[in-house]
Amino acid sequence: MKNKAAGHRRKFLKSSVYIGVSAIASSPFIQRCSSKEPDKEKKVKLLTTDGTLVEVNQSNLMKMSHQPASPKEARKGIPGRHFVMVVDLSRCRNARKCIKACDHHHQLTPDRPFIKVLRMQDNKASSPYWMPKKCFHCDNPPCVKVCPVGATYKRSDALVLIDNKRCIGCRFCMAACPYSARVFNWGKPKPQSTDHSYSPETSVPSQIGTVEKCDFCPDMLRQDKVPHCITACPNGALYFGDQIADSVTNGSETVRLSTLLRDKAAYRYHEELGTEPNVYYLPPSDRLFPFKEAPEGQPS
Amino acid sequence: MAKDKIFLNDQFNQKVEKDLLAHLLPNKKVGNIFIFVLLAFILVGIYAYYRQLRYGLIVTSMRDYTSWGVYISNFVFLVAISLVGSLFSSILKLSKATWSTPLTRISEIIAIAAIICASVIIIVDMGRPDRFINVLIHGRIQSPIIWDVIIITTYLTISVLLLYISLIPDLAICRDKLTDAPGWKKWFYKVFSINWHGTPEQNNILHKVSFMLSVMVIPVAFAIHTVTSWLFSTTWRPGWDSTNLGPYFVSGALMAGAAVIIVAMYFIRNALNIKEYLTDKLFDHMGKLLVLLSLVYLYFNINEYLGPAFKMVGVEGEHIIELFFGKYASMYWLVQVFGLVLPIVVLVFAWGRKPLPMLIISILVLLGAWFKRFLIVIPSLQHPYLPIQDVDESYRHYIPSWEEWAITFASFAGCLLIITFLVKLLPVIPIWETKKEEGNEPKQQEV
Ligand code: SF4
Repeated sequence: MKNKAAGHRRKFLKSSVYIGVSAIASSPFIQRCSSKEPDKEKKVKLLTTDGTLVEVNQSNLMKMSHQPASPKEARKGIPGRHFVMVVDLSRCRNARKCIKACDHHHQLTPDRPFIKVLRMQDNKASSPYWMPKKCFHCDNPPCVKVCPVGATYKRSDALVLIDNKRCIGCRFCMAACPYSARVFNWGKPKPQSTDHSYSPETSVPSQIGTVEKCDFCPDMLRQDKVPHCITACPNGALYFGDQIADSVTNGSETVRLSTLLRDKAAYRYHEELGTEPNVYYLPPSDRLFPFKEAPEGQPS
Repeated sequence: MAKDKIFLNDQFNQKVEKDLLAHLLPNKKVGNIFIFVLLAFILVGIYAYYRQLRYGLIVTSMRDYTSWGVYISNFVFLVAISLVGSLFSSILKLSKATWSTPLTRISEIIAIAAIICASVIIIVDMGRPDRFINVLIHGRIQSPIIWDVIIITTYLTISVLLLYISLIPDLAICRDKLTDAPGWKKWFYKVFSINWHGTPEQNNILHKVSFMLSVMVIPVAFAIHTVTSWLFSTTWRPGWDSTNLGPYFVSGALMAGAAVIIVAMYFIRNALNIKEYLTDKLFDHMGKLLVLLSLVYLYFNINEYLGPAFKMVGVEGEHIIELFFGKYASMYWLVQVFGLVLPIVVLVFAWGRKPLPMLIISILVLLGAWFKRFLIVIPSLQHPYLPIQDVDESYRHYIPSWEEWAITFASFAGCLLIITFLVKLLPVIPIWETKKEEGNEPKQQEV
């Protein structure tokens, strides 16, 4: 429900900005004249985010692009950032809300989600636990090393993204990824509704014969928001943030990254492979919920 | 005495020419049915590929996890076969094993056919073949795939040159002797024999060039299969994460190559009726060579599995159990017993090195080689570090779809078609060298 409401609000905001933009576009002449005489400038009525109507000078309006970064722009990271995710295993009860939000946002079909929640058990004596698994956005990414055409690349803000307009579909990166983070468009992807052109930052629209994976929602990051899965988790199991700013948030609380990692003895999967993941896990001890097996019918 | 010898040599040489050129003249319709069958296979393969282009790789049984299938294992197999060219026209030649001379041309022809089909198959495997040009525009030299592209083109070029250079004197013989060949063939012989008259100067150049090429081809041939093995060993997968993979692949390739030559010898000598040139003695030699190569491969096999099987570390151990006792066990043991152990046992006996037993053994070796590559590629992909969960049941298994089989068979058919075409166009036994060796140095006939 909350999600839906948020969606509506976003749509509404978008349309109000469009009004502003179209007003400018239709009156370039006036705009130019008026800039010489600031007093007689044309006023524009706009609705603000909290629902009040305001009047602003037209010259104060800025044309806002709704196009996400082009494949070329998307090769550069957001300056001064190093994104990380922290997953608190003690809070995950396989609610699968992150998967849903991710599927919705990236318009994925349930057979090839970017996020999987795995039932893990480290040894017979210890209790099983649920492990939400995304792309680990490694600092030493095997997929980037092997890609013959640079369709998969590493950015300065730690993100590993895929340009599906360049990918030749060799699937070498899938063979190389030790965490099986990648999915492939074996057939034609289901028709996706989008009003903007393709960007590696949104991964939409998908293309047949190319590879895809979790992208950490860079379109949200550019707006200083967190990825969709983070806000979707009802238990606050997922934290997202910036290593350089040393802070992460799970949507409700913001904490110091270094303290969290130190105090909870965070670990990363398969440290021995030398991939240097940017997703940390907090051990599944002192759990919020007792472990319950997955319900019937859930693919496992 | 000397005169007699020259006379004898002349007679012998004329006979050689007659025998070895016979199949190039338009003759009975032998082989036409064979060609028809091959074309049928290729057409079915093309239809399967059309479906794949239309609907995507979804028509295959590959899915996430098992993201490479028979296309890749078949590619490895074909690359392995192509190594045979270098074995005969270079390794055996440079080590002065003159018995192998009649086999050089066959081996070069097979090498070229296999490498062409391997390149086609790798394009078939691509999800976006329409973007192949990206490999040239955006190629990253760090990627092992680019190494493979470079080395395959290099090997193909050298192999074509190697075939062609040694062919020039024979083409000249064809030009001079085959006056009743069809017009286009005569034109071909004339143009491609590039005015060869066997003058001492020409001979000199030819020897130098072919020596240079046969030295050059060795590192390239080793590299082509080693780089192919690196496609696997540079990834983070159990079963592939091995420093043994390079020599393991190369030794397996040489063994499969020897087997392919034996099969080719058997059929060519029957089809072209040239038993005098592809003698039983030659089969005996090939049998011994195959035993030697099998033993080397056995050694690398033990090396490949003993360490992981002894330690049984994590997913590496699961992978071993799957191969030894799990769902791939029957395939694994059939391959190891019939494709590796049995050939060694049979071929050490003289009766095992007669043409027919050799043919059967070689076919077993080839089947084993093909399925071995399947076993190298697929089970590894099904044992990732993190468990396969949250996916459809079909993602855990891999049984190739009919489209994949059709394309695989079409690749074999394509390979055989290229071989058949070249055999019909070129003298399959090097006449020039046979004449020289057998005629001028009669001693070697006694081998
Ligand atoms: S499948 Fe695409 S992204 Fe992956 S290695 Fe091949 S070209 Fe690169």
